[in-house]
Amino acid sequence: MKKRLIVVGHGMVGHHFVCQAITLGLTEQYQITVLSAEPRPAYDRVQLTRYFDTLNAQDLNLVDTDIYSEKNIQLLLNTPVTAIDREQKQVHTEQDIFDFDILILATGSYPFVPNVPGHQDPRCFVYRTIEDLDAIIAAAKTSQVGVVVGGGLLGLEAAKALTTLGLNTHVVEFAPQLMAVQIDAQGGDLLRKKIEALNVKVHTQKNTQCIEPGIEHPLRMKFGEDQFLEADLIVFSAGIRPQDQLAKTCGLTLGERGGIRINDYCQTSDPTIYAIGECALWQNRIFGLVAPGYQMATIAAQHLSGVENKKFEGADMSTKLKLMGVDVGSIGDAHGRAPDSQHIFYQNPQKGIYKKLVTSVDGKQLLGAVLIGDTTDYSNLLQLYLNNMTLPEEPEGLILPSLSGKNNALGVAALPDTAQICSCYNVNKATLCSAVREGAHSLTDIKNCTSASTGCGGCTQLVKDIMQHELKQLGITVNNHLCSHFSYTRQELYHLIRVEELKTFDQVIAQHGRGLGCDICKPTVASILASCWNDYILKTEHAGLQDSNDYFLGNIQKDGSYSVVPRVPGGEITPDKLIVLGEVAKQFNLYTKITGGQRVDLFGARVEQLPAIWRMLVDAGFETGHAYGKAVRTVKSCVGSTWCRYGVDDSVGLAIEVENRYKGLRSPHKIKMAVSGCTRECAEAQSKDVGVIATEHGWNLYVCGNGGMRPRHADLLASDLDKETLIRYVDRFLMFYIRTADRLQRTSVWLEKLEGGLDYLRKVIIDDSLGLAAQLETEMANIIGTYQCEWKTTIEDPIRLKRFTHFVNSKRSDDNIVFVQERQQIRPATQTEKAQLSSLEV
Amino acid sequence: MQYLCQLDDIVPNTGVCALYKDKQIAVFRLADNRIFALDNYDPFSQANVLSRGILGDLDNQVVVASPIHKQHFNLESGQCLEDEKIKLTSYAVIIKEGAVYL
Ligand code: SRM
Ligand SMILES: Cc1cc2nc3c(=O)[nH]c(=O)nc-3n(C[C@H](O)[C@H](O)[C@H](O)COP(=O)(O)OP(=O)(O)OC[C@H]3O[C@@H](n4cnc5c(N)ncnc54)[C@H](O)[C@@H]3O)c2cc1C
Ligand code: SF4
Ligand code: FES
Repeated sequence: MKKRLIVVGHGMVGHHFVCQAITLGLTEQYQITVLSAEPRPAYDRVQLTRYFDTLNAQDLNLVDTDIYSEKNIQLLLNTPVTAIDREQKQVHTEQDIFDFDILILATGSYPFVPNVPGHQDPRCFVYRTIEDLDAIIAAAKTSQVGVVVGGGLLGLEAAKALTTLGLNTHVVEFAPQLMAVQIDAQGGDLLRKKIEALNVKVHTQKNTQCIEPGIEHPLRMKFGEDQFLEADLIVFSAGIRPQDQLAKTCGLTLGERGGIRINDYCQTSDPTIYAIGECALWQNRIFGLVAPGYQMATIAAQHLSGVENKKFEGADMSTKLKLMGVDVGSIGDAHGRAPDSQHIFYQNPQKGIYKKLVTSVDGKQLLGAVLIGDTTDYSNLLQLYLNNMTLPEEPEGLILPSLSGKNNALGVAALPDTAQICSCYNVNKATLCSAVREGAHSLTDIKNCTSASTGCGGCTQLVKDIMQHELKQLGITVNNHLCSHFSYTRQELYHLIRVEELKTFDQVIAQHGRGLGCDICKPTVASILASCWNDYILKTEHAGLQDSNDYFLGNIQKDGSYSVVPRVPGGEITPDKLIVLGEVAKQFNLYTKITGGQRVDLFGARVEQLPAIWRMLVDAGFETGHAYGKAVRTVKSCVGSTWCRYGVDDSVGLAIEVENRYKGLRSPHKIKMAVSGCTRECAEAQSKDVGVIATEHGWNLYVCGNGGMRPRHADLLASDLDKETLIRYVDRFLMFYIRTADRLQRTSVWLEKLEGGLDYLRKVIIDDSLGLAAQLETEMANIIGTYQCEWKTTIEDPIRLKRFTHFVNSKRSDDNIVFVQERQQIRPATQTEKAQLSSLEV
Repeated sequence: MQYLCQLDDIVPNTGVCALYKDKQIAVFRLADNRIFALDNYDPFSQANVLSRGILGDLDNQVVVASPIHKQHFNLESGQCLEDEKIKLTSYAVIIKEGAVYL
């Protein structure tokens, strides 16, 4: 019979232990049972604050429950362990008793709430679980003022959450500065200024004496005689305490100030019981970060399996994070407490940057560092620190902005093989390099085979640098050149064309390419030229560049006939226009179908019929729908507030306005949009490149959704916008995408490849971090100002009309286009049908 | 020799389809006025569409890409680059005083 292994606690570390157990084959020897107090499987607590963006707990989930059941691992949720009986080797829950041979305690920690009178008020909260967040969200609905007690890392994260919820937010800190553990006083000052600039009020050196009913708000925090602050809700984030109650009552050895004592193999004072994660105390230290917890989980699993005898060796607590958009980094001895340590500072108050290096007396070793406002040097410094490397002659060069343009960072070549690159998954340089040598030549490959950079993501740049360096060593050139005619990416070509104001393909290939071009670079350049200068695409110099679809302004079908898709902005159409569509279809015997994009597609038009069909449509007020182009397609709408009993705003009106604004815009791939009138989301805006949903306070803007072959939910870029701001953001977003995406890359894939992801995109679009916003808006205004309906222009131009014949030397039609009837309409004949029909004719 | 069309009827870097004794011929014009002629019938899609493909060069051969599924055909020999078993008929073209003859 298998031995029984019980894991208590299914947090991040408990789950990681189970994963390691599976990898090491422990499931062969042990029947594993996991007892969890929380109502859901392990989730990414590190990213907890992201829950406010989507309110979807599933997004944070870490567990593939199929694998658990495949390995016969029992996971019992909502099942807190109430006691451990070491004599009987049993754990007790409210309902059951479980036997164990090996017990793993992964009970984590709980938020510390100082014992101030009044803290039990139902308007006081903590910030640790999804349930905590739900409670805060519910309370915030009826609140104006929120206070966070604690100005540490988690406190500031909680403060950010409160501002997102629209509360007037205060942070109350006992110490004289923010983040007193990680950064020095000067850094703390700057951080405070930056955070106050974001409208969060910071109160330092405040000791809350009690919480009483207030006058203007329900709660009043009293600090001293007549010092107080009133609030609607309070979040305590004053540190964590190890969850060691179970261990204590069953007599395991604890530390003086709590924490379950473990040895280097994570065993407690009872060798059959292990403790890992935030509940464990190693050499009198608790590690409040996930990476050391993961290491403990791995070490405990390895110890049990007997494969390896690795020891836990402590962990580095350096951190780099972004707090409310402020970059903060702290490495090693940030306060410079080591005797005789030397300090080097760099400060730029105007840009809000502060950096400090702490070095050994001789200036040769880095002992610590603080970075505020700019953390680009972080990974470089961290490696110098972790590997105890000798600093350059003038270490100040490491943090000074490089005026000479020379890069002060040490190259990845200098890193020793043992350098730990990814601390989340404990991957060192040698492992990465050998992965590259074995064929992992992209970041995705590296992630798959080493797990590096799949945790917090902090190491991504370094991992990439190492990969690139190793590839170079191997003599492998990684190129993302467009094709054999251009040694540039689409983005680079875009810049060349824009900056040098190139207007034709001939100019572009003469100056930057070679050969004649091909079916990859020609349409790409044509699309860039159109995005930049918005010329009529059938001009002689552009004509040969277009895909057949663009060349004939219609989608080519399998038999060489074309489809006709007139624009129906927002899907709104008058009866008269519907009748015209019907008449055209009847007159030219076209197959009609309602599309998924809220308009009508007419199929089976022969190339020589296209001008006459479009003549009728244009006369009736239709414009081209660009169904053939890599361009803005449709803006779907729902019924909206005009008719719908739930609608909170006029989705149809906005959809029409948006479609008319962006129609004709050419882009790296097609662009689809939608506007819904309320959260019921009947227009499916969250599956579009740009989605807009009405809220009580304006419009929420979603971006980078996709239907199609790889569906992706859109991300919320900004909420409660007024229409003007909404349009401005969409202008910037679209132009930024056009500028930087690869060819045939939808916004969804583009965002996934974009370094820095959604946060970066927000910075560029909303905070204008690149200073591009005005330019992007001007470029868009230029496109909008030069719009023309390509079909209208074409039918008025006899020269262009010449191409719409099947034969250059005959009026005959293509006899290979043959239709048969089905459900009262035409459809292309199959090859067999064609053969039969022609034998009949003979 | 049959007259097909004027050279100016073909926009540089594009093709047209010409009728030649009941056969459909795709006639292509490069920017340097080199002219090529192949079958217009695309054996992959079984449609008469090759004259509407994009012109270019690949591996030092001048080619046209089918507008349906992008297979490439050598303009001189008619050889398909993706499938060595497939080769279109190519035709000799003559240009005289701005007119195209086959
Ligand atoms: C007509 C229509 C199907 C229908 O009868 O409903 C259609 C038809 C075609 N779709 Fe589509 N798509 C149509 C709506 C959609 C939708 C639904 C939507 O837009 O709400 C989707 C999923 C949403 C999305 O794109 O995110 C869709 C995802 C695709 C894809 C996959 C895109 C992707 O990113 O995965 C392709 C292939 C591609 O673009 O590479 C595609 C490509 C095509 C092409 C252009 C294939 C081609 O190259 O010939 C079809 C040509 C239609 C024609 O000849 O007119 N179509 N296609 C719809 C036209 C809508 C319109 O009014 O313009
Ligand atoms: C908002 C926030 C942001 C953070 N940001 C970062 C960051 O940027 N970087 C970083 O490294 N770390 C961060 N952390 C810390 C990180 O989340 C923790 O280090 C990590 O979750 C610890 O994992 P754990 O499994 O030890 O504990 P937990 O994840 O707390 O899991 C313990 C589990 O055990 C359960 N449990 C407890 N007692 C019992 C019992 N008697 N019976 C059954 N189950 C029980 C608990 O309910 C819980 O589910 C953050 C934490 C928070 C809250
Ligand atoms: S999204 Fe809302 S407003 Fe629009 S139709 Fe659906 S329920 Fe009505
Ligand atoms: S350090 Fe967190 S993912 Fe690599």
